[in-house]
Amino acid sequence: MKKFIGFVQKEFYHIFRDKRSLFILFGMPIAQILLFGFAISNEINNVDIAVLNKADDKNSIEIIENLQASKYFNVLEELQSEKEIEKAFQKGKIKAVVTFEKDFAKNLQRLQASKLQIITDATNPNIANTITNYINSILTKYSHISLKQNTSPELVGTESRMLFNPALESVYMFVPGVMTVILMLVSAMMTSISITREKEVGSMEILLVSPLKPITVIVGKVVPYIFLSIINATVIVLLSVFVFQMPIVGSLSWLALESILFIITSLSLGILISTLSSTQQTAMMISLMGLMLPTILLSGFIFPIESMPLPLQVISNIIPAKWFIIILKSIMLKGVGFGFFWKETLILLFMTFVFLSISIKKYKIRLA
Amino acid sequence: METTIKATNLTKSFGDFTAVDKLNFEVEKGEIFGFLGANGAGKTTAMKMLIGISKPSAGDAVVAGYQVSNQAELVKKNIGYMSQKFALYDDLNIKENIQFFGGIYGLDSKSIEVKYNRVVENLGLQDYAKQLVRSLPLGWKQKLAFSVALLHQPKIVFLDEPTGGVDPVTRRQFWELIYEAANQGTTIFVTTHYMDEAEYCDRISIMVEGEIKALDTPKVLKKEFGVSSLNDVFLKLAR
Repeated sequence: MKKFIGFVQKEFYHIFRDKRSLFILFGMPIAQILLFGFAISNEINNVDIAVLNKADDKNSIEIIENLQASKYFNVLEELQSEKEIEKAFQKGKIKAVVTFEKDFAKNLQRLQASKLQIITDATNPNIANTITNYINSILTKYSHISLKQNTSPELVGTESRMLFNPALESVYMFVPGVMTVILMLVSAMMTSISITREKEVGSMEILLVSPLKPITVIVGKVVPYIFLSIINATVIVLLSVFVFQMPIVGSLSWLALESILFIITSLSLGILISTLSSTQQTAMMISLMGLMLPTILLSGFIFPIESMPLPLQVISNIIPAKWFIIILKSIMLKGVGFGFFWKETLILLFMTFVFLSISIKKYKIRLA
Repeated sequence: METTIKATNLTKSFGDFTAVDKLNFEVEKGEIFGFLGANGAGKTTAMKMLIGISKPSAGDAVVAGYQVSNQAELVKKNIGYMSQKFALYDDLNIKENIQFFGGIYGLDSKSIEVKYNRVVENLGLQDYAKQLVRSLPLGWKQKLAFSVALLHQPKIVFLDEPTGGVDPVTRRQFWELIYEAANQGTTIFVTTHYMDEAEYCDRISIMVEGEIKALDTPKVLKKEFGVSSLNDVFLKLAR
């Protein structure tokens, strides 16, 4: 045990004296979460829009007031005719124009569909799409609340696709993904690099000649990264709660337990990579190409798995991150209990077992 | 005299290829034994078996009183090892390196402290104790690594090309350390490519294609082959 503690201590010296690993360990998580939270969000805020109100009646004015009152839009201009629409867009400030037909309120009263048009600046199709959805959702709300006595909701609003995330905060969707990527990066890449470093510089040989058992060496290399990954996970959760006001609906202890499980899965993957590679560079390439890319692209973090072609959907099943993201979303966003993610938990446990078995087998072959 | 290494038909084969073929030799306590051979002659494979990280395919060797085939853990406890490839951890200072290596050989912190002071004093490194090993010259690192390999007072020290890339003066100093250890009864088992170093050994063996082709004192070998330098002995055998 004393030998083991000495080993772990040495490992911490390595980590804390290497600026590169320090940066990856602590700079990355914070940078990524802030980046995804603030910059790469699909969320819109205070977007300047214009209105062309040919009706100028009670309902249209109320809708405009509603748009203005929301924190998403700022009604900058009132246009007088269709001709001004293009000019307004050309100035570049306005991202959308909402037009009301002449008999807007009258049509509503007569239980007829009244026409309202949303024109958006689609130079950035994502934002245009989001703006349309936001306006639609405001319209739906308006028709629910203000028009419910005398007309049905379909008359004004179109259906809204933003049902899952009522506040429309995209950062909520990113947190589970970023957390997964970071834990994967720190656990798998950093351990595989640090183990192959010992092989590359030749110290692994010295350690194998010493009375230390190989298993002590491996566990000793891995333990510091378990600690650091747990710290990382905590930092990410704290950042998302306190900086982005993300509520965590489910149980914190399950969140912690499942995160530790995923950390161990990633670490065993890191050990496996280190048995496959003899230089740090190989380890890094395998981790980046073989782990990071699939994790980002195929785990459902950025692109929904349901909309992938079938072969990719099948491949996505062997990516540990996919299962962990499902677990995280269940706990953080939906707040459901273990009954809803025991299958994913079992899959991760099974993967860990497979990775470790292969590593042990490979390791023995090398020693013989 | 006491025997510290005794190899009996020590063999290692990988599939059809026999890397080490029935080695038989003995090394006495306190002896400096040179283990020579061209690259690929099987030196490293033989050495790996002797230090307990590779199992013999046939035959066995007794090292420091234990069999390498089934008592590898006990062998490891009683030997020291140093290789050219890796001396000490670059990003640890002298003290931390000594603490770490002393620790993995099971020394308690008190005796580590004592040994640390002795090593630093012997090598005159008091002023550099807190510096990362990275900043020390290669020759110093290797002298230090040798002292570290001796920390747990092993019966035998295996040195794998310990002076590679070091200037002749430092090499000379390094060999003084080796003599000192041998005089205190530590057996030295050393591989080298430098023939002047081979001359310093009590006895040398020369491996060719997995077998030991010559084994005696440098003097006798030169006489036997009728040449004036070990270099010529080596060249005659290796061809």
